[in-house]
Amino acid sequence: MSRVLRIENIRPVQHGEPSQALTSVLVADGQIALIGDQARHGEADQVIDGGGQWLLPGLIDLNCHLGEPGPDRRGTIATETLAAARGGFTRVCAVPETSPVNDSSAVTHLIRDLAAQSGRVHVLPVGAMTRGLGGEHLSDMVGLSSAGCVALGNGGRPLRDARVLRRCMAYAHTFGIRLFVQPENAVLAADGCAHDGALAARMGLPGIPAVAETTAVSELLLLAEETGVRLHLGPLSCARSVALVRAAKAQGLAVTADVTMHHLVYTDQVITGFDGRYHVRPPLREESDRQALLRGVEDGVIDAICSQHRPQDHAAKQAPFAATEAGLSTLETTLSLGLQLVAQGQLSRTALLRGLCQGPAEVLSEPVPELAAGRVADLFLLDAQAQWAVSEETLLSTGKQAPALGERLPGVVSMTMVGGQIVYRAAD
Amino acid sequence: MATMADSNRQLQLTADGELKHFLSLEGLDRALLTRILDTADSFIEVGERSIKKVPLLRGRTLVNLFFESSTRTRSTFELAAKRLSADVLNLDISTSATSKGETLSDTLLNLEAMASDMFVIRHAQSGAAHFIARHVTPGVAIINAGDGRHAHPTQAMLDALTIRQHKGSFSGLKVGIVGDVQHSRVARSQIQALNTLGVAEVRLIAPDTLLPTAPESMGVSVHARMEEGLKDLDVIIMLRLQRERMEGALLPSEREFYRLYGLTREKLALAHPRALVMHPGPINRGVEIESAVADGPQSVILNQVTNGIAVRMAVMSMAMSGQLAERQGQLGRASR
Repeated sequence: MSRVLRIENIRPVQHGEPSQALTSVLVADGQIALIGDQARHGEADQVIDGGGQWLLPGLIDLNCHLGEPGPDRRGTIATETLAAARGGFTRVCAVPETSPVNDSSAVTHLIRDLAAQSGRVHVLPVGAMTRGLGGEHLSDMVGLSSAGCVALGNGGRPLRDARVLRRCMAYAHTFGIRLFVQPENAVLAADGCAHDGALAARMGLPGIPAVAETTAVSELLLLAEETGVRLHLGPLSCARSVALVRAAKAQGLAVTADVTMHHLVYTDQVITGFDGRYHVRPPLREESDRQALLRGVEDGVIDAICSQHRPQDHAAKQAPFAATEAGLSTLETTLSLGLQLVAQGQLSRTALLRGLCQGPAEVLSEPVPELAAGRVADLFLLDAQAQWAVSEETLLSTGKQAPALGERLPGVVSMTMVGGQIVYRAAD
Repeated sequence: MATMADSNRQLQLTADGELKHFLSLEGLDRALLTRILDTADSFIEVGERSIKKVPLLRGRTLVNLFFESSTRTRSTFELAAKRLSADVLNLDISTSATSKGETLSDTLLNLEAMASDMFVIRHAQSGAAHFIARHVTPGVAIINAGDGRHAHPTQAMLDALTIRQHKGSFSGLKVGIVGDVQHSRVARSQIQALNTLGVAEVRLIAPDTLLPTAPESMGVSVHARMEEGLKDLDVIIMLRLQRERMEGALLPSEREFYRLYGLTREKLALAHPRALVMHPGPINRGVEIESAVADGPQSVILNQVTNGIAVRMAVMSMAMSGQLAERQGQLGRASR
């Protein structure tokens, strides 16, 4: 006999709206057995009082670094998937730029084994599309896919050779493999470390111009059209990139795209004073770019919002700006920063939750997560009214280089469940 | 959100508005810059004495921490410190610790253990001096001797001092900066110094490939044609052109650059007849400036070098006294 769990006094969130009425959900055999009034009276081995909080299907992250395999100081699958669960995520795509790079089925199996042993949430490996992410030789694409990679990508490494790229796409298309590509023209980006605008010019920081991204987006879209590959682009950072994807989608190209939460929240102004914490790639750009990215999420041209979680230790940011390592620890703040955008009227709640759940599911060709009987119980409880203080002490991730440090953000995840098992509960 | 000016003021000024670090000119007001110039003026006389010393930094240790090699800047800092009676340690780090994988902050901690009072820092990365100022033990002053493309504030102040000596004041002056502004920390600091001190106009004279992004946002006008840009200028500042700019496809050739932007006697005649010719050095004769102009009557290039010592003495003594005031303030609070 499996155990039956009832969560009472909850407001399920459907289509971005929490229900007015309080109700219950019954979980058994890893699935949602019943939801709604019928669930209220069923017998249960354990009862959790939701206290009027929202119940949502688990979020999905398309771009997340779990630190493993790699040096421990950057975190492990155990620590970073706990951070994911705390952020409301139940499925995270693990980027290929691990150490060693995930360019062979052996590394993919290692990641899956580690995830099975110590992962709190589902870990979906993304493999390297070229060997060692070197951009020169195709990886064993079919082998990686068979080993469990949900997509193959360039891991944020620059794309130097359009001929290799075209062949990657053609080969991936042959076998129905999805590509995740971060668009950046390596030559135009050169030694840049910040958005090539008035601020970086004044600070004397080498800039990465917007055209380093937009020319790459154009090239990728044209190659995707020619080869027929399923292409996912992201993270995007510029207004013109959104316009290019919009036009490509209007012409019927099967392309999808994502943006990070930090590009929706911040502009290059946060690097004022040479704060290496906000050294990210692609760089944070201008307000007009941020507005275009928000519009793109709102109208669905941008399918997904990702965390681009990159846990970095203190030493990685202990240097002059350009010498710091790019990346922020974001799994725990992504949803909260999104809820803050909603509270400020900058983004609709529907678009936020679509970008964090439905959108990424569609990118991965997975069934859209729903709170319905018979569906896997990947879900979380959210106290949307409560706030939490972001600090090095409160973050669970090994990486403490997070956005909004020292601020209070809305939205506290109080419980996360994966396959009917509680994987995270907030300390009361 | 804090502006760049706010964050700079906060980092380099004491609660009473006194200098405690000297990192960049961003956020510093005209009164403070004028005070630096006045103090420097008073030190010029020291250099003319037979015993060229004042005891302001006696018993203090200054470390010249150069992560990038430099002859002129380092020696003027050293001379300035010695004239203030400080003990000076010169460290050329470009070849030692950091190449062994030591982080910048570790290098600094080690040096602090030597109980230094002031670090003069040159580094190839923009923001290096800011980074160090944020991490250094309270009470230790940081002087920026050039960080990446970002700032070289003592150079800009010695240029301002030279201009004031020859022109009396800044009001109404038209100043042109010619050449590779994009890669120049000197130009960035000069633009801030000149605008803060109240010149009438700063013009950049360069092709687009040598200009920073959005130059107008720095409070300058831009001229691609030197003949137009030189018209009525009171001061012409020539920048050094690095040879590697040809390799980076920013310019076709030295010859073409000289033809378009080299300061020759003919071009100089287009400026105000008493226009000053300046150059932060070292000069490339025949690349950005004709020898006859560099050595000519309107050139004040050697004045700049002499003034460099006085300006550095001024900045060091002011920053040290700001730090001492803070140390005493902290002691006072602790004893209460």
